[in-house]
Amino acid sequence: MSWYLQALAGGVLIGLSASTLLLLNGRIAGISGIAAQMFSGDAPSALSNVLFVLGLLAGPMIYLAATGSWPEVRIAASVPVLIIAGLLVGFGSRMGSGCTSGHGVIGIARLSRRSFAATATFMAAGIVTVALMRFGGVL
Amino acid sequence: MTLRNLRLLAAFGSGAVFGLGLAMSGMMDPARVQGFLDILGAWDPTLVFVMAGAVSAAFAGVTLSKRMARPVLGTRFSVPTSRVIDRRLIVGSAIFGAGWGLAGFCPGPALAGLSLGLVPVAIFVAAMLAGMIVHDRVVAGRAA
Repeated sequence: MSWYLQALAGGVLIGLSASTLLLLNGRIAGISGIAAQMFSGDAPSALSNVLFVLGLLAGPMIYLAATGSWPEVRIAASVPVLIIAGLLVGFGSRMGSGCTSGHGVIGIARLSRRSFAATATFMAAGIVTVALMRFGGVL
Repeated sequence: MTLRNLRLLAAFGSGAVFGLGLAMSGMMDPARVQGFLDILGAWDPTLVFVMAGAVSAAFAGVTLSKRMARPVLGTRFSVPTSRVIDRRLIVGSAIFGAGWGLAGFCPGPALAGLSLGLVPVAIFVAAMLAGMIVHDRVVAGRAA
């Protein structure tokens, strides 16, 4: 399978998963919300979110079983950068009520104005950050 | 099997399909994600295809859901209703985007990446969860 077809197929699976969670459970597959609500006091909803995340971890294992290799994960960031980036991603996604999945996929599919604005903003911020890293010589 | 257990099974199954999709798509590879954001360098268009596939398939689900009174296993659809584009949304998204560009990880691929047992992924996820908790409990004042 060509790389672009594989990317498209992977995207379709992501969208199918979001559709399934919406049609069966009535929930939005926003990963930042699901991750944060694992720690919420509401036990039944917390358990459902923990199970979704466990499923998320099972996904790459299914990929390994099917293809014989793990998906590629090439990390350039140093430990301090990983910590700063993680804090920004966690804090920002909660403050902005979503991330690449909740806003970028389901929000866009729901034609939400908020999600269009959020997606344009985080894409722009990501592009500027990478450009600064490139000109700063760290990428 | 009770309805509640079916809902839990649906949550696990959806998560697994999501994780498999991430693994296939290249989204789990920070180098590729940063390549997608690197429009001034050697731009990698792969993630455009991921987005196109994901939004199309999600759009089908959203369209179908609008014809249903309630979800198959639940009592109501929990979907956001706000239409207000406020400072929180924009500032939060900008902070998120900066972190996304810095390391090339967003929440889904980072969590799925824990499977590979790589220390840098675990460090990122720990920091990400800390950032979420700091926001939800300290800044937003939402006690859990």
